[in-house]
Amino acid sequence: MSSGLNTIAWIVWIILIPLIGAMLCFMWPRRGNLLGMISAIATVVVVVALYLQLLDQGVIRYAVGGWRAPLGIDLYADGLSVLMLLMSALVGLGVSFYARDYFKQDDENPAGFWPLWLLMWTGLNALFLAADIFNLYVTLELLGLSAVALIALAGSKDALAGAMRYLLVSLLGSLCYLLGVALLYHAHGTVDIQLLGSVVTVHPVSYAALGLMIAAMVLKSALFPLHFWLPLAHASAPTPVSALLSAVVVKASFYLLLRLWFDVFPAVTLGLGLLFGVLGAAAILWGSVQALRQTRLKLLVAYSTVAQLGYLFIPFALLSPIAWQGGVYFMLSHALAKAAMFMAAGNILKFGGHDRIADLDRVAQRLPITMTAFCLAGVSLMGLPPSGGFIAKWLLLEAALTFEQWLWAAVIIVGGLLAAGYVFKVVGYAFTQADHSHDARPVALTMEWAALGLAVGAITLGLIAPYPMALLAIGDPLAIREVSP
Amino acid sequence: MNAWLPLLVLFSSLLPGLIIFFLKEEQSRIRIVLNMAGALIKLILVGSMVWGVYHGQSYEARLPLLPGLELALEADALALLFIVLSSLLWLVTTVYAIGYLEDSPNRSRFFGFFSLCVTATVGVALSDNLITFLLFYELLTLSTYPLIVHRGTEVARKAARLYLVYTLVGGALLLLATVWLYTLAGTLSFTPQGFLSSLDEQHYGALTIVFVLLIIGFGVKAAIAPLHGWLPKAMVAPAPVSALLHAVAVVKAGAFGIVRVVHDVFGVTFASSLGLLTPLAVVASVTILYGSVRALYQDDLKRRLAYSTVSQVSYIILGTTIVGPIAAIGGIVHLVHQGLMKITLFFCAGNLAETLGIHKISEMDGVGRRMPWTMAAFTLGAFGMIGVPPLAGFISKWYLGIGALEVGQGWVIGVLIGSSLLNAAYFLPILHAAWFKAPPSSWPQERSFGRKETAWALLLPPVITALLVLAAGLLANATFSPLQWATFIISLEFSP
Repeated sequence: MSSGLNTIAWIVWIILIPLIGAMLCFMWPRRGNLLGMISAIATVVVVVALYLQLLDQGVIRYAVGGWRAPLGIDLYADGLSVLMLLMSALVGLGVSFYARDYFKQDDENPAGFWPLWLLMWTGLNALFLAADIFNLYVTLELLGLSAVALIALAGSKDALAGAMRYLLVSLLGSLCYLLGVALLYHAHGTVDIQLLGSVVTVHPVSYAALGLMIAAMVLKSALFPLHFWLPLAHASAPTPVSALLSAVVVKASFYLLLRLWFDVFPAVTLGLGLLFGVLGAAAILWGSVQALRQTRLKLLVAYSTVAQLGYLFIPFALLSPIAWQGGVYFMLSHALAKAAMFMAAGNILKFGGHDRIADLDRVAQRLPITMTAFCLAGVSLMGLPPSGGFIAKWLLLEAALTFEQWLWAAVIIVGGLLAAGYVFKVVGYAFTQADHSHDARPVALTMEWAALGLAVGAITLGLIAPYPMALLAIGDPLAIREVSP
Repeated sequence: MNAWLPLLVLFSSLLPGLIIFFLKEEQSRIRIVLNMAGALIKLILVGSMVWGVYHGQSYEARLPLLPGLELALEADALALLFIVLSSLLWLVTTVYAIGYLEDSPNRSRFFGFFSLCVTATVGVALSDNLITFLLFYELLTLSTYPLIVHRGTEVARKAARLYLVYTLVGGALLLLATVWLYTLAGTLSFTPQGFLSSLDEQHYGALTIVFVLLIIGFGVKAAIAPLHGWLPKAMVAPAPVSALLHAVAVVKAGAFGIVRVVHDVFGVTFASSLGLLTPLAVVASVTILYGSVRALYQDDLKRRLAYSTVSQVSYIILGTTIVGPIAAIGGIVHLVHQGLMKITLFFCAGNLAETLGIHKISEMDGVGRRMPWTMAAFTLGAFGMIGVPPLAGFISKWYLGIGALEVGQGWVIGVLIGSSLLNAAYFLPILHAAWFKAPPSSWPQERSFGRKETAWALLLPPVITALLVLAAGLLANATFSPLQWATFIISLEFSP
């Protein structure tokens, strides 16, 4: 039985199902909720199937239509890609449940959401499975364009401005990336990641391509000081979209960066790691301070993303296997926690009709499930045990202290404290009474529980670390075995 | 079964707590049943563990957390001392809290976090390595926050924020120290006489810094001066929370952490050979005297008690830092004794506030006649604090003094005498006013309870704990008395 299931090419269906779902939802917009939910659940099932297949067979490489690279398209899945797929599937499922009721209640445009979101999911899945740098470009464009359209769904002035900025940044990034691809293709005659990894050497063309492609990814991952576009775009989008962008989409470009770093340019990246580390540290401090200064909840959460993304770049400076594991684990737990936190913020916004932090009126009593979700997500962001964020920070700290890198350790610790500062700024006001009470609008239970579910997931990651770690080791994507003695 | 028992002890308060969160405000009967059942079951489970450990059984549960690291719970002798204390006092405090919070809003939330808080305390007690300790220690911080902010006033919010600033910074230093220790030693498991003495001498400098970080991290909760600033402010919380904070949970967890670090991470001998204990003893002594002096000047009853806590908890630390078995017994037994005495005093203060609206010492004239049972319990607790024989506090101070003399640290006697005089100076005027001055014509805000002086649920807990204060002193030589158990613990630490 299991061997029968294992022979199916799940890897293709992971891309096809959301794509088909997107088309169906586009053709029958009135049935959008139903078709969208079915596609979402089916996508999750297929991702889990691929996960089981990977555990069974190890690294999977699949030539679409039987044509091998360099002519055809190869799909490639190792531990890292499946971890990313699972992460997006979990967040995606939560967001789908959330969105169903979110758009039902509001006059915001629901018809557009499902096709665009499923298209974005297609792009994400394809990105995590792509085996060559040109297909990565295609997926990147798909992702970027659908994300822009999703932000604009909110229709407000802020949202349109945010969407416009995001569009320009996204296009600029993609163009830089494409230029890098062209350079590499011209020099080496291939776009396959594995082949490139073996032929890229120290050469001006390699450096030019590296510079272009890495700059593109850094821009899209919103590393300080290229984060300027993120807060407005993430905060002004409809809440399910905010959750997706902050939790998953920025991680996609970070994933691509990891792939480039380890597989395409392992020979030529020296010195760049330290720069990334410094920028990451600056992002942690700057983003956190900005988050502390915000008076609007959604903007606070968005700036928190700027800060938290900084942690992802610390491993580049530490360059130890433990640090890489910590970085990837950070990505996972941040995805769940941030999605949960945005949803909770969205619930609070719907409930009171505003998201001014100082005027939160006894939300802790009146929306207990949402507040619980917010707090649990906050625990993970602060890196307090037990949570995924704690495990990640532990690993990063362990790496820093093993090599006596005090400065990085200090940044990690201070970042955690600042995170506690902005999380509890919200929590404190949730307990007190505001000067004037507002009429409260009801919030659908699914929206509350979707947030709580993801937040509990972020906490659970703190107790099951051995499993994701074992998965991450499949195919050795972070080149841990080569580095460690 | 032996792996399940520590987990069950945790779950006996965790599960009721989680269920209580989902109860409606009106379902007070279910809430009471859940609370009481949890507290009783925990007590029974703990009792059976004490019996087992006494007869050579061991109870431990483990869960892998990361390669080389695990969450580990183990009921060793020291853990049991703390668990018995906390589960006993939890039962009493639950009764008290039910009476105290009758008809006030948000009780489900309150009791939910109350149960989480106790779960965290028990977890702290059972932790078998530093990372597990850290986990429950932070959980304790988080679960007490909603209790302090419970009333939802601006003052409460600020006090809770101050509490968080102190404890989270402490927690962050603790995390740093823990990871550092792990990179140095490769293990974090608590071991009698420590696990660091085999380390290479080149790490001694680092170990000293780690020790200081750990002490600061735990010292914040143990309210060592100058890290005590949050404690008097946190008095805005409802009385059962203050009782719990001061006697069982937060402050005790900090002191317990310091005991663990000195005994089971560094080892007394090794820590002393690094020259780490004498400075800590000095800090503890300063805190003892400073807390007492500050207490003298407080007119608010709860604040006076808060500064008294600052002072009394450092006895535990003082005892731990003197390298000799008898003083160490004195320190550890004070962990229990201070808990019993302080919880009695806080219950009584709560009764005065709830029944008569008395918050200040200057309003307490003649209150002994209006509430004789409450004030009798208060008197026992206060005498215990001063160290009047044969009460619990006397035993602690006696062992501390004799123990210090035994190893030639006579200056400790001076600290003890000074502190006892100060204790007397801030408690005796209260007792004098309460018993011998004439009552005013009316109390600030009196509630009538018929012929009783106050509600049963409020009166019984302090009377019970006051009797325990008496019993712990009178029956100090009985098997299973706190003193005998402390002696048993110390025999492990100082065995050759």
